[in-house]
Amino acid sequence: MTPLLEIRRLDAFYGRTQALFGLDIDLDAGSVTTILGANGAGKTTTLRALCRAVRTRGEIRIDGKAVHNLATESIVRMGVAQVPDGRGTFTQLSVEDNLRLGAYTRRDKADIRLDMERMYDRFPRLKERRLQQAGTLSGGEQQMLAIARALMLRPRLLLLDEPSFGVAPLMVAEIFDVLGRIHQEDRVSILLVEQDAALALEFADRAYLLETGRVVMSGDAKTVAASEAVRRSYLGY
Amino acid sequence: MESFLQQVVAGLVSGGVYALLALALVMIYQATHHMNFAQGEMATFSTFVAWSLIQAGWPYWGAFFATLALSFLGGVAIQRVVVRPFEKASPLTNVVVFVALLLIFNALSGLLFHHDVRTFPSPFPKDAWFASSLIPAHGLGSIGVMLIVVGALYAFLRFTPLGLAMRAAALNPGSARLVGVRVSWMLALGWGLAAAIGAVAGMMIAPLVFLDPNMMGGVLLYAFASALLGGIDNPWGAALGGFIVGVAENLLGAYVIGTDLKLTVALVLIVGILTVRPSGLFGKIVVTRV
Amino acid sequence: MNGMNSMNEPTSLAPALAVENAPPATATGGSLSVKAVALVVALAALPLALPDYFVFQATMLLMYAIAVLGLNILMGYNGQISIGHSAFFAIGAYCSAICMDRFGMPFWATLPLAAGASFAFGFLMGFPALRLGGIYLALATFALAMATPQLLKYKLIEAWTGGVQGIVVLKPESPFTSPVAGVQVSDDYWFYLLTLAVAVVLFWLASNLLRGRIGRALIAIRDHPVAASAMGINLPVVKSVTFGISAAYTGVAGALSAVAVGFVSPDSFPGFLSITLLVAAVVGGLGSVQGAFFGALFILLIPNFAEQISKSAPSAIYGVLLLVVMVLMPRGVAGALMSLWARVASPAAVPSDPTLQTKE
Repeated sequence: MTPLLEIRRLDAFYGRTQALFGLDIDLDAGSVTTILGANGAGKTTTLRALCRAVRTRGEIRIDGKAVHNLATESIVRMGVAQVPDGRGTFTQLSVEDNLRLGAYTRRDKADIRLDMERMYDRFPRLKERRLQQAGTLSGGEQQMLAIARALMLRPRLLLLDEPSFGVAPLMVAEIFDVLGRIHQEDRVSILLVEQDAALALEFADRAYLLETGRVVMSGDAKTVAASEAVRRSYLGY
Repeated sequence: MESFLQQVVAGLVSGGVYALLALALVMIYQATHHMNFAQGEMATFSTFVAWSLIQAGWPYWGAFFATLALSFLGGVAIQRVVVRPFEKASPLTNVVVFVALLLIFNALSGLLFHHDVRTFPSPFPKDAWFASSLIPAHGLGSIGVMLIVVGALYAFLRFTPLGLAMRAAALNPGSARLVGVRVSWMLALGWGLAAAIGAVAGMMIAPLVFLDPNMMGGVLLYAFASALLGGIDNPWGAALGGFIVGVAENLLGAYVIGTDLKLTVALVLIVGILTVRPSGLFGKIVVTRV
Repeated sequence: MNGMNSMNEPTSLAPALAVENAPPATATGGSLSVKAVALVVALAALPLALPDYFVFQATMLLMYAIAVLGLNILMGYNGQISIGHSAFFAIGAYCSAICMDRFGMPFWATLPLAAGASFAFGFLMGFPALRLGGIYLALATFALAMATPQLLKYKLIEAWTGGVQGIVVLKPESPFTSPVAGVQVSDDYWFYLLTLAVAVVLFWLASNLLRGRIGRALIAIRDHPVAASAMGINLPVVKSVTFGISAAYTGVAGALSAVAVGFVSPDSFPGFLSITLLVAAVVGGLGSVQGAFFGALFILLIPNFAEQISKSAPSAIYGVLLLVVMVLMPRGVAGALMSLWARVASPAAVPSDPTLQTKE
């Protein structure tokens, strides 16, 4: 079975500086894969490369289709939704407008309205604040909003960039709880970039470890978590 | 007293035109952080196009809407062909590009339509039912048109998905891309709308001042002052600013400094606002770019 | 690199940004080299070889070069933009005219006053706008240019400005009534020499300043404003001073024009003059002192020629030229010639011009 996402020999560049070196990553449909590593290892760059926000060389295929020549907007239309680092909420628009924008590329109006209600059910805090300006929400609430917005696309592949960053621990637990349910109920494949390795390894099926732009290890998440050497050297615990 | 009211009314009428042009300027500024110095000349050119259609026998409103459509397409084309290649260049380069556009449109107006002063008809007959001694038909009609345009724009931006997408693209282009908004085309759309709005401004002022290639030179200046006054990133503030500037210009001209120094008023306004309150009356963002 | 996937890679066409390095050593008019002195002497003697009419043209050329240099300093080196330099041209001109006509001052004495007045005005105008960013300066100068003719006609100051009629200015007399070394120094020739002297001083000042610390500071401000600011440079003040200097240069040129043309009047300084200066600066070449000369040539030759074609021809030609230069020759005529020279002089040693932006 072809993986949902195939990355082959991916190099990425910021200007003339090379940030990724020959990445090979696979993600099977319906799975949760996590990319781990220290700061500056290239995790966020990988997601940006996927969404065509940086210059790359190499191959990226979604469902077997080459996407490395497409623009961000086109990738989105293939069912790839990203929750960027820093959340990327439209802080000057209302919560509801943010959600509406998530569904921008969809045509099925009735289903969009249904999905919005589902989001509000999943994230009751958002429902309370539906007409509030998004910028006035707390960090954790904005994270939920960002995820909800991404889900409004009804994506096949959800890219998450450090969802735990700047969020209170209780909220983090809530968020991952919801993510778990989304993964199971909606069968959304997830590519998760995380700083909090323990959390990520518990959540994911498969893990890739990046160091200065290269994959240094990959495998089953439980195996990676169990390997003490790996944990000590790369994950700091 | 009546003469005072007449001055105020005249100010509102010209203010309406300033407001429209200011609206166009702010639309482009919001999306791109560039001030389109060519907006006035584009509007003049559009007005000439309308004039040609009317000369060719078209009914007024037919020519009006055709001109709107053509101006819209023209605005989109200009963004795609001339402005976009310079998108990532320095602000200085962009200003030079806009000056170039200003010159080219001015020249086009002159070359295609010559420099004879022409009259442009008003769709509001002098003896319309809503005319009065206080406010002539065209004045009231022009204000009405202006309010309709502003209202339509507001409704579009506030209540339609495309309008929401435009706002999103202006506020946060990166995130807008992530939800699938084609940001580049939103910019083109913004230019198209701005061009159409400018065309309306041109067609509303032409009956008052006669149509010639240099018609909008001073008006552009007032529009800039209005936009600054209202807050350069706030379209509704810009519209309100237009009315304020129009009335102030007329009152000052009539009672304080005489009509010779009108452009100086705009200059003083601009420098004054920049010195005292750069964010204008309603603007949120104070540009503190180093 | 094969197989490079790119997305919207920036093509930076900013003319001024092409000046990454200090001006190359081939620049003329720099330090007091033998070449420079020889050039000046040649220029001084030039009118002897030409018919009388050309003395006037040569004087105008020098004068325009000073005016364009002022704008060049601002735009090319400091990355700011002014669409209103005609105002400073007018200020310098009127200042000189008023001082000569109303106060009977000799011409040379009015030059520092003209420079000072223009500087002050430039600084005051620039400061509020430059606190906020270059685009606001463009706007403010645009307003200034458009308002200037009106202001000059204003009734309340008519006693000084001469209103719509303006002021007639008399050419300073040549102190040499009898021939010097066999050469008759006419009033026109004398004035040409005066203008040449002023031009040499101003160009030398500009060239040296811009090559040294101050020039590098200006370029630093233009290219890395945040870093410059972090180093303690008070950006708005420095930028406003630069704007003032730029205005002063153009003001001096205006003072020279008052004499050269013989009178000043409000309609001599329309807003369009600002645009002419801008186009001249860009076409001539921003970021190099030589560019000002080519800009002056532009002003001398093109507008008259264009106006004869049609009333709209100047605008059309300017507009198209601006776009063409921005796309094809970001460093203007001067830059293009310098690249050509570099390639001809040492074809092997010169890599494809590093300052020309290429799509990677």
